[in-house]
Amino acid sequence: MPVKKSAARCSPKARTTRKTYNLQEAKVVVETKGTGKPLLILHSEDRYERDADFIEELAKKHRVIMPMMPGYNGSTLPESIRTIEDMSYLYLDLLDEMKLQDVSVIGFSVGGWLACEIATKNDTRLKKLILVDPVGIKNRGSYDRDIADIYYNQFAVVKKMKFRDVKKDPRILTEMTDDEAMDEAKAREATAKLCWDPYFHNPGLRYRLNRIKLKTLLIWGANDGIVKTSYGRGFAKKIAGSKMVTITKAGHFPHVEQPEEFMQHVRAFLR
Amino acid sequence: MEFYHFTEFAWPFLPPDDEFTSMRVNLPSSVYDPDVGADWYNMCLDQHLLADDLGINCMINEHHQTATCLNSAAPLSVAILARQTKNARLCILGNPAANLRDPVRNAEEMAMIDNISHGRLECGFVRGVPYELFGSNCNPTETGPRLWESIALMQKAWTTLDGPFNYEGRWIHKRQVNVWPRPYQAPHMPIWMTGGSDVNHATRSVENGFTFTMFLTPTEGMKKMFTGVRENLKKKGLPKTADDLFAFMPLVAVGETEEEALKFVQQVFWYVTNNKSEPQFRAPPGYVETELYANFLSGKFSGGRTDAIRTKGMEYFRENGVAVYGTPDQVVAQLKKMYKEIGGFGNLIAMLHSGDMPYKDVAKSMTLFAKEVVPQLKDMGTVSSKVGMLKDRGRPIPASKFSGRTDALEAARAKTGVEVRSPKKSKKRNTKKRAA
Repeated sequence: MPVKKSAARCSPKARTTRKTYNLQEAKVVVETKGTGKPLLILHSEDRYERDADFIEELAKKHRVIMPMMPGYNGSTLPESIRTIEDMSYLYLDLLDEMKLQDVSVIGFSVGGWLACEIATKNDTRLKKLILVDPVGIKNRGSYDRDIADIYYNQFAVVKKMKFRDVKKDPRILTEMTDDEAMDEAKAREATAKLCWDPYFHNPGLRYRLNRIKLKTLLIWGANDGIVKTSYGRGFAKKIAGSKMVTITKAGHFPHVEQPEEFMQHVRAFLR
Repeated sequence: MEFYHFTEFAWPFLPPDDEFTSMRVNLPSSVYDPDVGADWYNMCLDQHLLADDLGINCMINEHHQTATCLNSAAPLSVAILARQTKNARLCILGNPAANLRDPVRNAEEMAMIDNISHGRLECGFVRGVPYELFGSNCNPTETGPRLWESIALMQKAWTTLDGPFNYEGRWIHKRQVNVWPRPYQAPHMPIWMTGGSDVNHATRSVENGFTFTMFLTPTEGMKKMFTGVRENLKKKGLPKTADDLFAFMPLVAVGETEEEALKFVQQVFWYVTNNKSEPQFRAPPGYVETELYANFLSGKFSGGRTDAIRTKGMEYFRENGVAVYGTPDQVVAQLKKMYKEIGGFGNLIAMLHSGDMPYKDVAKSMTLFAKEVVPQLKDMGTVSSKVGMLKDRGRPIPASKFSGRTDALEAARAKTGVEVRSPKKSKKRNTKKRAA
């Protein structure tokens, strides 16, 4: 049940509505924009999607629904949610609460992992699935590092893993305002809380990805240094009928580095 | 006042400075040479045997994946000392309880050591420095509450004499806990805790009857913390704390002359100058408070005291009370001044060795410390009249009535009816040796 309807935030383009939902122990802020077929955006842990131009673009033809994941951007992360799998049940509650039908989903990185956790459990409200450089599974052996260690490496190294062209990273840590730095700190704490161990994956998920029956597209940055394209191919192999496309000159966030090509794939798939 | 000797068992034989980026986490073990290292371990243990002979106590710590500390399993070193020393209190400071996958195993280790040493264990716990989280893989956002969960379970395990019991907590699940042996000291060994700038954590520690310890902190910071704790406890209506619930560790060097002391302290200072690490190891998300972490991300905070203090010199450390050195009388004067300025503490852990300081130098510094400094200070301060939670500790007793905490606490326990199971003969033997 929506408990609070805060003042609408006006943008020069589409109007954004914010609502806060009380779900389980969490308060979940949901931003909605545009009208049309529902499209659920599951943002990445780096949250570049929120203010991206492609969201505006999508809002022209869709009702774009972007829940702020508990722990991020004002949604609260209760002690009862310890994993992305726990999180997925909250999102299933949210889909029920919002009475969404035939909703397509785009999940970015950890958001892609979350999308898989949701879709393997109950896909009755869902239509199509787009996973953009998702994490969430481990393909290889115990001694293989499937997902690069963003905590162990120096910030500059991590940036290079995430971006083919580091100049395209919209976030420059040393130029953040105090408020931005606090948001970034809280977000990183939430990510660590949910993804530190097991490291950015759920050991059980790979064995049930076969349950995803939705039409699925995986979009991968060819130069992703966090999860390589080979990881993506392993991911795609487990979802029957899925298709994977790579975007050249792009890292872990192809929608940031090559938004036009990214949107071409998205438009064609959602059509 | 009780006195502890401390060496961190550092590995000082490092490659040239420009060939590695961090002493911790990622310095490969090829840097360690077992031929030299085997002797090095024994040299460090010998220091503690000397401490025992000199009538002071021993403190042992633990770190992982680092050249700063070869004690990657502190219970092993303490177990050796439990057997090889006779009188010293053995303080482990501490068990990394926030990072332990199996605290019950740790409870067993501590109980064994307490028995083998005839009740000489002072059992400390630490949250662990941020670097530890890379090796342990424990979640940095959870170390605080996880530390307290582990300790509470261990206390319960030590004091449950009609086990097994069931435990299904936040991080640890055990369905049949029944620790053997039970500790030698009753109800269990004294517990110590460490901390930085979090006064609530420190207050909670002392309220629980744990000795709260701070390392290498300027007098100003020590005063702020210890006074903060005392005030918080007063507000809660709890009894006045005895000094034995507070401990401090500075770098210490004593020489026959000031020049000699300076030479010794410069060797101990190796710890400070050689403590480099990569910045991201110092602040994994969730380890420090959110605001501090935000400043770390934006580059306003370097992520630790180490970088800031590395750049300042020896005199800065002496002025701030982080390094205590000089002739015996100078050291006595400095410690008395520090005791007064901080507002009282009952345990001094003296970091008398570090780096490649040779045994003969540390032995000389230790001997002067134990023979010339300790006798002048041991009657300073107060000890608790009982053990346990602060609310049960009773009135502080002047330390001057006892020959130091080792006797004081046992006498206090016996006097106040707290069960002491130490066999009379071993107590007599100990007393005799100490008197001799």
